[in-house]
Amino acid sequence: MAISQFTYSNIPPEAEALRADVRAFINETLADYPPTLCAQSWMGFDATFSKKLGARGWVGMALPKAYGGAAAGPFARYVIIEELLAAGAPVSAHWIADRQSGPLINRFGTEQQKQHYLPAICRGESYFCIGMSEPNSGSDLASIKSTAAREGDSWVVNGQKVWTTNAHHSQYMIALVRTGEKQAARHEGMSQFIVDLSLPGITIRPIRDLAGGEHFNEVFFDNVRLPADALIGTEGKGWDQVTAELAFERSGPERFLSCMALLKTLIDTVGKTPNALQAREIGRLSAKLLTLRNMSLSVTAQLAAGEHPAWAASCVKDLGNAFEQEIPEVAQLLLETEPRQDGGSEHARVLAYLTQMAPSFSLRGGTREILRGIIARGLGLR
Amino acid sequence: MREIFETTIERLFADLATPAYVMGCEGGEWPAELWAALDESGFTLAGVSEALGGAEASWADMCVLVRAAGRFSVPAPLGEALLGNWLLSQAGLEGRAGSLSIAAHADMVLEDEHVYGTAFAVPWGRNVEAVVAIARDASGGANVVLLQRNAASELTLSLNVAGEPRDDLGFTSAQVLAHAPLPGGLDVHVLELGGAMLRTAQTAGALHALLDMTANYAGERKQFGKAIGSFQAIQQQLAVFAEQAAAAGIAAEAAFAESRSGLAALTIAAAKISTGEAASVGAGIAHSVHGAIGFTEEYPLHLLTRRLWAWRSEFGSASLWSQRLGAQICQGGSEGYWPLLTQHGQQPLTRPVSNPV
Repeated sequence: MAISQFTYSNIPPEAEALRADVRAFINETLADYPPTLCAQSWMGFDATFSKKLGARGWVGMALPKAYGGAAAGPFARYVIIEELLAAGAPVSAHWIADRQSGPLINRFGTEQQKQHYLPAICRGESYFCIGMSEPNSGSDLASIKSTAAREGDSWVVNGQKVWTTNAHHSQYMIALVRTGEKQAARHEGMSQFIVDLSLPGITIRPIRDLAGGEHFNEVFFDNVRLPADALIGTEGKGWDQVTAELAFERSGPERFLSCMALLKTLIDTVGKTPNALQAREIGRLSAKLLTLRNMSLSVTAQLAAGEHPAWAASCVKDLGNAFEQEIPEVAQLLLETEPRQDGGSEHARVLAYLTQMAPSFSLRGGTREILRGIIARGLGLR
Repeated sequence: MREIFETTIERLFADLATPAYVMGCEGGEWPAELWAALDESGFTLAGVSEALGGAEASWADMCVLVRAAGRFSVPAPLGEALLGNWLLSQAGLEGRAGSLSIAAHADMVLEDEHVYGTAFAVPWGRNVEAVVAIARDASGGANVVLLQRNAASELTLSLNVAGEPRDDLGFTSAQVLAHAPLPGGLDVHVLELGGAMLRTAQTAGALHALLDMTANYAGERKQFGKAIGSFQAIQQQLAVFAEQAAAAGIAAEAAFAESRSGLAALTIAAAKISTGEAASVGAGIAHSVHGAIGFTEEYPLHLLTRRLWAWRSEFGSASLWSQRLGAQICQGGSEGYWPLLTQHGQQPLTRPVSNPV
C-alpha cells in the first residue's frame, strides 16, 4: 500500500558534513539580518546573496560538473536548503532555477541548451519563473489556452499567464503552452518553452498581494517570436515533463518551514520559563516539524534512488502546509501580543506578516484539494 | 534481519491472532496459544545480547515486531517483553524466556535482594510470570530488578479501554529473581520512555491496518448507486487519514532507528505526540466512513480503534511529552532551536522536576 513508501532515511554523512559550512556561511553573511526579513523566507529576493551562494557552489549543486554543478546528490542539496530556509535566508532569486528549471533543462534539454543555461544558474546569476496558471486555468491546469504556433524556424507565442512568482525579477520563464489542438486526452498537445523575458511582445505587471508585497505577476504574450531552440524537451509532452518534477516541487523543506521565523520569535518572546500551555503548544508544533522533516527526508531518499514518489510528496506538502498555517494561529493564542504591521515588537511584526501570508501556503504549488485528490487516487479510490 | 522478522511474525499473527481470537481475549483472558508460539519463535529475546542468550537485534529490527503486533491487535505484551529483556541485557542480566512485562511507573525499594512497594499499571500484570522494573536501593541508586509476579502480595485489577489488563502489583519483601545497577547512560525513567516508544510503533501498525480496512470498505460499500469512496467528501477524509498514518509510521520508525544502547528521548517524544494525533484523527475518520456497522461489537473495526484510544494515553499523553519538549526548547531559546531539531536522536530530553503550570 502507498503509505509503505515512507521509510526512515538518514542523511548520509558526506551530506551532513556540509551543515557546519553552510551554518558558518549564514552566520557570517546574514549577521543581524532582521526577523521581519527572515519571515519572507523563499520569497525574499536578494541577487547579491544568490551570487555569493553560487560562488560557494551551493546553487544547482545537483547538476553535472560539466555545467558548473557539483554532481552532488539530493541529500547534499537538502542540507543546504534546509539550513538556508531555517535561517530565513533570502533565496528567492535563484530558488526556482535551483529547484526546478535547472534539473528540468538537465533532464530534457539538448546539449546546447544545457551549456547555454546551466552554468549561469549554478553561478546564482540566472533566474527563472514558471509560467503555468492562466486567468481561467488554476487547479485545472490542463485547460490552459496560451499557444505557441510554428512559423518557419520560430515559435510564435500568444496568451497570458498569471500568478507568476518573480516574473518581474527573472531573465527566463519556463512556460507551459498549447502547441496542438486539444486532443481526446486532455493532457496532450502541450509543450514547454524557455522564454527570454526581454523579448518584444512580453508585458509583465506585478500584482500586489494583500500585504502590499509584489511577488507574483501577470504576464502577457503578444506575438512573441521565439527561436526554434526555445522548445525544451519534446513537443506535445509538456504535461508529462511538468508532472515529472512534481515530487521535487512538493516534498522539500520549503513546504513546512515557511513560518520558521515566527516559531523563533515566539520561542524568544515566551522566554525560558513557559507556562503549561505555551510549553505544550511549542512542543507539539516542534514534534510535528520533526515528523515532517523525517517524511521529507524519506521522499528525498526515494528521489535519490531514482523513484517517482509523487504520492508521498503530496502527503508532505499537504501536511506541511497545514502545519505552516497552524503556526500563526497558535502564536496569536499563546501571548497577548497583537500583530503589528508597523511599530510594535519584532515578534508582533513577524506575526502580522506571516498571518497574512499563510493562506498562500496551501495554494502555491498545488491546492489542498488537488493534493488530497492525488492521495485518494493512491489509495485506490479514484 | 528485519525482513525475516517481519515476514515471520506477520505469518504467525495472521495464523493465530485472528479477529475472533483477539476478541476472545478481551477482559484479561491470556492468549496461551499465541504466547506459546511467540516463546517458541524466540522473538521475545530478540533484543538480548548474544552472550546473554538473545539475537542482539537492534531497536530498528525490533520495530517491525512491535508494529506487526499493533497491526494485528495482538492481545499480549510482546513489546513489553522485548523492552524488559533489552533492559535486563543492558544491565548485564540474562534474558528471561516466558511471559514478561514491565512496570514503567513504580515506587519500589530494593533492600538485600528483596523488594518493597508498588508497580503501577503493569500490562498483563495478572497474567505474566515475571516483571522488569526499576527500584531504588538504600543509597538512592537505581537498579534493574526482575520480579516473579507470583511474589506480589497485592493485585489491583484494571483494564484499559481496549480490554487489555493494566494491573497494579504490590510487593512486600519479595525476593528478586535478578538485579543489577541501572547502567550509566540510562535514565531512571527508561521504562516509561521505552514504553512510549513501543506504543508509537503499535499505533503506527494499527493505523496502517485501519486505513487498509477503511479504504477497502469505502471501495465496496455502495450508496446512491456507487461506491462511497467515489465521493470527493469521502476521498478527502481518507487522504487526511493516509497522511496521518504515514506521519505516524515514519515518526515511530525514527524513534526506534535512532535508539541504540540509549533511547532517543527527543525523537520518542516527537513520535508519541505525532502518533497520538494520528490515532485520534484516524480512529475518528475510520468510524465516520464505516457508519453504523463500525459501531457494532461483531465488526472488528473496534479491535483497532479502541486500542488507538488506549495507547495514545499510555506512557504519557501527547500533552505530557509536548510540555517536556516545549520546556526544553524554550530553555535553549531560538538560537538553539534548529540545531536541537537536526541532531538526529543524539539529544537528551531533560525532564523537569515538575511540569510547567
